[in-house]
Amino acid sequence: MIEVGLNHFLVVSSILFSLGIYGVVTRKNAVMVLMGLELILNAANINFVAFAKYGNFGLGGQAMALFVIILAAAEAAIALAIVLNLYKTFTNVNVDEIDKLKE
Amino acid sequence: MIGFPILTLITFLPIVGMIIILAMPKDKSIWIKYIALAATALQVVLAVILLGNYDYSAGGIFQAESFQFIEKFRWIEITGLSWLGTLKVDYFLGIDGLSMPMVLLTALISFIATISSWNINKSVKGYFALFLLLDTGMMGVFVALNLFLFYVFWELMLLPMYFLIGIWGGPRKEYAAIKFFIYTLFGSIFILIVMIGLYFSATEVIAGGERVFTFNMLALMDQANYNVDGILSPFNPHNLRFIAYIALFVGFAIKIPMFPFHTWLPDAHVEAPTPISVILAGVLLKMGTYGILRISYPIFPDITRDLMWYIALFGMINIIYGALVALAQKDFKKLIAYSSVSHMGYVLLGMASLTSTGINGAIFQMFNHGTITAMLFLIVGVLYDRSHTRGLNDFGGLATQMPAYTGFVTVAFFAALGLPSLSGFISEALVFIGAFGVESIRVLTIISMLGILLGAAYMLWTLQRIFFGKLNEKWAQLTDIDAREYVMFIPLTVIIIFLGIYPSAMLDIMSTSVNTLVEFVINGANNISISGL
Amino acid sequence: MSELSIINISIIILLLPLVSFILLIFFGKKFPKLYLAGTGIVFVALALSIAVTFGMLTSYSGETLSLSFTWIDFGNVPSIGPLSIELGFEINNVTALMLFVVNLISALVHLYSIEYMRGDIRYTRYFAYLGIFTFSMLGIVITNNLLMMYIFWELVGLSSYLLIGFWFEKDSASDAGKKAFLVNRVGDIGMWIGILILFTHYKTFTFSTIFEQISLGNLPFDSASALTTAGILIFLGAVGKSAQFPLHVWLPDAMEGPTPVSALIHAATMVAAGVYLLVKIFVILTADAMLVIAVVGGVTAFVAATIALTQNDIKKVLAYSTVSQLGYMVLAVGVGAYAFAFFHLVTHAFFKACLFLGSGSVIHAMHHEQDIRFMGGLRKKMPLTYYTFLISTLAISGVPLFSGFLSKDGILAGTLAFGSLTGHWLLPIIGFTVAAMTAFYMFRLVIKTFHGEPRDKEKFAHAHESKWVMTAPLAVLSLLSIFIFYTPNPLSADAGWFLDKWVSTPQTVVPAEASFDFMQSGMDKHEIGLAQESGIVHSVQYTEAMHHAHYPAMFLSLILAGLGILIAFIFYQWKKVDLEKLTGKLNSLYKFSLNKWYIDEFYHATFIGGTLKSADVLSWFDYYIIDGIVNASASVTQFVSRLSGWFDNFVVDGLVNFTALFSGFIGLSFRRLQTGKVQTYIVFVVFAVLLLLLFFRPF
Repeated sequence: MIEVGLNHFLVVSSILFSLGIYGVVTRKNAVMVLMGLELILNAANINFVAFAKYGNFGLGGQAMALFVIILAAAEAAIALAIVLNLYKTFTNVNVDEIDKLKE
Repeated sequence: MIGFPILTLITFLPIVGMIIILAMPKDKSIWIKYIALAATALQVVLAVILLGNYDYSAGGIFQAESFQFIEKFRWIEITGLSWLGTLKVDYFLGIDGLSMPMVLLTALISFIATISSWNINKSVKGYFALFLLLDTGMMGVFVALNLFLFYVFWELMLLPMYFLIGIWGGPRKEYAAIKFFIYTLFGSIFILIVMIGLYFSATEVIAGGERVFTFNMLALMDQANYNVDGILSPFNPHNLRFIAYIALFVGFAIKIPMFPFHTWLPDAHVEAPTPISVILAGVLLKMGTYGILRISYPIFPDITRDLMWYIALFGMINIIYGALVALAQKDFKKLIAYSSVSHMGYVLLGMASLTSTGINGAIFQMFNHGTITAMLFLIVGVLYDRSHTRGLNDFGGLATQMPAYTGFVTVAFFAALGLPSLSGFISEALVFIGAFGVESIRVLTIISMLGILLGAAYMLWTLQRIFFGKLNEKWAQLTDIDAREYVMFIPLTVIIIFLGIYPSAMLDIMSTSVNTLVEFVINGANNISISGL
Repeated sequence: MSELSIINISIIILLLPLVSFILLIFFGKKFPKLYLAGTGIVFVALALSIAVTFGMLTSYSGETLSLSFTWIDFGNVPSIGPLSIELGFEINNVTALMLFVVNLISALVHLYSIEYMRGDIRYTRYFAYLGIFTFSMLGIVITNNLLMMYIFWELVGLSSYLLIGFWFEKDSASDAGKKAFLVNRVGDIGMWIGILILFTHYKTFTFSTIFEQISLGNLPFDSASALTTAGILIFLGAVGKSAQFPLHVWLPDAMEGPTPVSALIHAATMVAAGVYLLVKIFVILTADAMLVIAVVGGVTAFVAATIALTQNDIKKVLAYSTVSQLGYMVLAVGVGAYAFAFFHLVTHAFFKACLFLGSGSVIHAMHHEQDIRFMGGLRKKMPLTYYTFLISTLAISGVPLFSGFLSKDGILAGTLAFGSLTGHWLLPIIGFTVAAMTAFYMFRLVIKTFHGEPRDKEKFAHAHESKWVMTAPLAVLSLLSIFIFYTPNPLSADAGWFLDKWVSTPQTVVPAEASFDFMQSGMDKHEIGLAQESGIVHSVQYTEAMHHAHYPAMFLSLILAGLGILIAFIFYQWKKVDLEKLTGKLNSLYKFSLNKWYIDEFYHATFIGGTLKSADVLSWFDYYIIDGIVNASASVTQFVSRLSGWFDNFVVDGLVNFTALFSGFIGLSFRRLQTGKVQTYIVFVVFAVLLLLLFFRPF
């Protein structure tokens, strides 16, 4: 039986991170992009907790993860509000068409 | 002597007129004309005052003390320049027998040309402003005794001439104006180069005993003032005096205009308005020969003597070539222009003789050509104003239609072909007497005499084509000359006849200076060859 | 009269016609009657000149009175010293006689013209021109120097130009005036060069000073050949003015002028000026120069006479006869018959003026018909004109009792003497041939004009004798053609007062080696004494030869003149010979004479055509070559400036623009990255982080 070690956690978090990046980059829907962001944040959380368990950092890692979760919640609230406003302005939430930054 | 700076006054009076004109509103064109007339008339008055106070026995040429009406003060002075020491340029005016006739001529011709400008109606203000500026430039050239100042006036007169031809001229005015401007400027460059070369070759003592480089013509004439290693110094065995002389000569020759540099003249004359042609032929052409006599001769006596034959040769070519080309012309104004080329050849021939009679004749010819050719151009102008054509074959029989005009034309034409009792004869005769007396150029002189035959041929032929024969019905409406035209013709006619009968009136003014010049050039040339350089 | 008053009166005589000219030219239009004043002034001048001539010949005969003044003073001229040009006047016997002749003919012509020119549109102008002509001619007469001679010489040319071209509406008249002036100028150039040779050496124009220097052995440029050259060149002036071959072509054309003008200028005075000039400079003529002069004179006399034989215009015949007679005078100077040259000048002036005025009278009567083929029978209609004309014709033909016989006989004797002394026999042969021809063509003219039946009946019907103002001058002039005014002996002039007392040949000043032997004065004192007794001081040898030649010359010339007259009568009066056949036989000779030896055509083809052609060529050269070079250099400059403009535009500025373009390009290409799409940025960020990691390899 393979003992679950740090590497496994890191692999899982990498996969999660990659999926998140993939989601952020490829999805057209702003909500899906936000979900991708959530995945990235959670990949980071996994890393925090994993390093806290296997490393010599005390409870710092878990504490950081908690902060991230809180931050993610706040961020999701704001982001969804932005998305809502985008929808109000452009009547869609397709990020490809929202390129006003260019101008 | 006179208690006020008369030469400055006579030179800059037109500028004063110009400033007044510039300050006037554009639509007061008649007042503008009267102001220009007043300025040039005053200039004539001043010239007469000059003549009244003129000392006939003063030689001038190289002695500052025998110049008259001298005005001299420091104009530009920059001290403490590293290797140059002090740069100084004097404002130095004065006249002698060489310049006095030219001053009289300039004043007279400017005055006549102003009257002739009366029917200019296109931007009158600009015209007369430029005209007066031109007047100052011309007068300045003849009174300046400092090379730098001379050059400034020389160039000053170019600019207004350019505009006067280029704006008030005929159909090809732009071409003519640019040709005139570039050609003359091309010549000026040579003069400038030689001027700078001379500047760095000679020094003059200034107050305080310091020797500084100089533009003073009189100082440049004195061989003792030259540095041993100066580039144009006769003491420098590797000097470039010969090349400098040629360059200077070319610069002046363009103005004369000497063959083969003459082709700007017909174009400029044909396109220029009548008064400007008058000025051009009457005064501007004289600057070339005046420059040679005033600058080339006394500053480079050695080269002058060596090149005498060639100057005479070009004189001869001018006479014969100009006359033959004139014979072939079908345009009245062009014919007169080429006759100028021919007549200026006599000046060259006379100068080349290096004798008193020849040079007296040359200067007298300059004056006479000024008056006679001015009259000829006025004549062309009168006809052109009325008929708007200059083709010699378009006319015929005008003698009955315009008798008074024909009378003036006859006087002018016969003066131009050198009829005795008119002034042109005296100067040509003196030129021939002088040139014939010099053995080396005798053959050239004899060939040149064909010029008086050719001159008679084209003049009489023209007279015949325009005035004799049956009247062309087309011109039955032409009117004889009016009062204004009488005013321009009468003074010139009187002068032409008076000087033909009593030439001493003019010759006495110049003869002392001419004798001085000839002696100075011959001695100078001998000194240089004796010292073996 | 005192010396000074003679000179002063002469100067007044000179100035009077000038006053007339000035008055008429300026006020003639306002006061049309002013021509009477002009005529009056000339008559006053005539009266004064009679006084001067009388005073001169009685009190100062043989002396020379002169007055000079400085005209131009050059001051102290380097290498020469004080130099000035002096002008002045001199009066001697010859001058005084000439003054009289000129004034007399001028006055008569003025008088004659009053009627002849009446109704002309430029009537007063005509009298003004006559005034300036008289002034200039008198100037030539009384000058004492070469410069003034030249000045008045040209002024005479001017007045001749004005008068020939007086009817300038006619092209032929204005052409003739121009031609006269230009042909004269050719001669004048030669004269001027000759004068310059003398001036260059002697620094003076005054005759007497120059003569004195030469007599002291001071020759121009120290060579006798220079003196010869100067003499021949000055003679060239006379060739022009006196219409000598080859410059005679202007005189026949000059007949385009009004006929009184032809009488005054182109017969009596101006054309004689050349001979007068030769008389003035006679003493400096070297042997070679004299020979040239004699040959030119002889050729002229011959050529003109042959042409005169066939001309049909009454004035043309007279014109060529004038040329021929002038040739005689010049020939006379050339062979050394000085006195006879001047004598012939005077007699010719009178009878030729009379002939011209007579022809004017005919032309006037015939309503400006000049062709003798349409005349005839006028003797009855115009008796006075006929008889005066006849007298003058007899004079010119050399018939005894008339003046022409005396002077021409002297000239012919001179040529014979010259022939015997030098061996140039051709000159007398020409002289005698011309005498016969003269008699022939003059009588041909008289017969065709006055004798026989009228050929143009209509014009003849209107013909009438002229008024007294026209016939009076004819009478005076024909009277003066009678021998008694010159000598008591109708067969020889030698003993007459004209030659004996008034005009004597001066002694030549030319060094012996350069002059004819016979021109030098006698071998010893005895002979000189003899010579002086006979009134001729210059040369015994020549005088003797003349004496020997006198009678043979007289008989020969009488026979020849008679022969000429006889042939003329046979041909034209009695019509014994079929002229048509004769001209048919001699067709080429006839044509040659009728067309004046084709000299005009020759000049047109060569000199005039050549000059005009070269003028055209040079004009082309000037326009296309010289100006072409100027314009080409302008074009080259323009091309170079275009080239450098191109370089500037595309190379120098190109570099600058390339930099800008390049950065622009880069900007553009980077701009593509700036999509505004957050996702793209994120991709970049991710890759950038990955790249950074790869690059720095922090692990």
